[in-house]
Amino acid sequence: MKPKVVMDKKSVERAMARIAHEILERNRGVENLVILGIPTRGYHLAMMLQKKIEEIEGVSLQAGAVDATLYRDDIGLKEAQPLKKMDIPFPIDGKTVIMVDDVFFTGRTIRAAMNALMDFGRPVSIQLAVLVDRGHRELPIRADYVGKNIPTSLKEDVKVHVEELDGTSEVVVMPTEDRRRQ
Amino acid sequence: MRLNRKDLLGIEELSKEEIELILSTAASFKEVSEREIKKVPTLRGKTIINLFYEASTRTRTSFEIAAKRMSADAVNISVAASSAKKGETLKDTAKNLEAMNPDCIVVRHSSAGAPHMLARYLKSSVINAGDGAHEHPSQALLDMFTVKERLGRLEGLRIVIAGDIAHSRVARSNMHGFKKMGAEVTLCGPPTMMPKGIESICGVKSDMKDAIKDADVIMMLRIQLERQKEALFPSVREYSRVYGLDNEKLNGSKKDVIILHPGPVNRGVEISPEVADGPWSLILEQVKNGVAVRMALFYLLLGGVKE
Repeated sequence: MKPKVVMDKKSVERAMARIAHEILERNRGVENLVILGIPTRGYHLAMMLQKKIEEIEGVSLQAGAVDATLYRDDIGLKEAQPLKKMDIPFPIDGKTVIMVDDVFFTGRTIRAAMNALMDFGRPVSIQLAVLVDRGHRELPIRADYVGKNIPTSLKEDVKVHVEELDGTSEVVVMPTEDRRRQ
Repeated sequence: MRLNRKDLLGIEELSKEEIELILSTAASFKEVSEREIKKVPTLRGKTIINLFYEASTRTRTSFEIAAKRMSADAVNISVAASSAKKGETLKDTAKNLEAMNPDCIVVRHSSAGAPHMLARYLKSSVINAGDGAHEHPSQALLDMFTVKERLGRLEGLRIVIAGDIAHSRVARSNMHGFKKMGAEVTLCGPPTMMPKGIESICGVKSDMKDAIKDADVIMMLRIQLERQKEALFPSVREYSRVYGLDNEKLNGSKKDVIILHPGPVNRGVEISPEVADGPWSLILEQVKNGVAVRMALFYLLLGGVKE
């Protein structure tokens, strides 16, 4: 099986714009909202979301990055992973945090990211926005906003590409072995 | 890139890539110490023993705080309170400690090579926190981190290390480290305090003003006052006049030079109070960065798969 583009730039943009609208609708505006992306690509999607919301409401929400690496449950099961961007330069107490990730899979990263977040304060609520939900949850966690549901097998990998790092925004499905060989 | 080793014994055996990995990991850990909740759960359930056969305030506290901020359990053993006083050998002490299943032993010892011996006997990781006049790798790493953070690079910088080079493990580790990272190292001190044959590895100058005139970094070493009876220098006052760093000598150096000192400082001996507390001094920044560097070492040594 060859890598297959399941969302192109246009559909990524549209999905993020729809999520922006859903966030504003559910929260009745931008009051008290902050956005935190999970690096690497969740952070870039968070920046995209911030821009979309600004286009709609004319307000630029505070945005940052929450790295889950030090909170993961697989520490000691594989090599020590490089740390990523952790940048929460504003208080999150009493805020509604929109957490953004690229691919929603087992739910373990989200669990770790929520624990990291709690060390920075007590948000009034956390809502999860993901570009792709590929299924196979291992923890009782669900997303509040989903760009696209893509049913996958465990033999497949879902990769989100973003403009800043990969040249274009798109979502690609490829066989797992393929990535290992790369 | 990963740190594929059980122990950290010296800078000499590290590659440039390994040093870069440690420094970049430390940069991420610095943020943890600035949080309100200065703790991450990463090394939950790990036990770290600080085994110090020599006096230390800064280094021991720094390792202890680093361990605790990573959620590891830290146990401190200092020689005055230990069974070494009752004649137990280093090997026996270590074997007994290992029977209690620690994951890492941080050791400081007056004999060069003591941590290396422990590393061979023990399954747990060993970190050298200073062995005789040999190496003090975590100090050199925090020094390189501090310089890199301030000046943005290490490559091509001119580093002067001044003082009692021959007896300094800090000098030895830094010399290896900065040279590996592409900096140019010049040593300065009285000839009685220079190791024999060192000119083949580093630049050597005996005139302080000449040595520091185009330095980017000046690292002053603590003069070990107990060495005065070995007649390596005539008097503290004369040493201070010739080799002590004061505003007068600093006048001839670059305006944006930075000054490091591993501590503890002998105020008015190797460095004058106005220089130690002055705007060029990064002495307290070094201490702050020490915690981040040691957190990075624990993470890279203990945060991976156990063989």
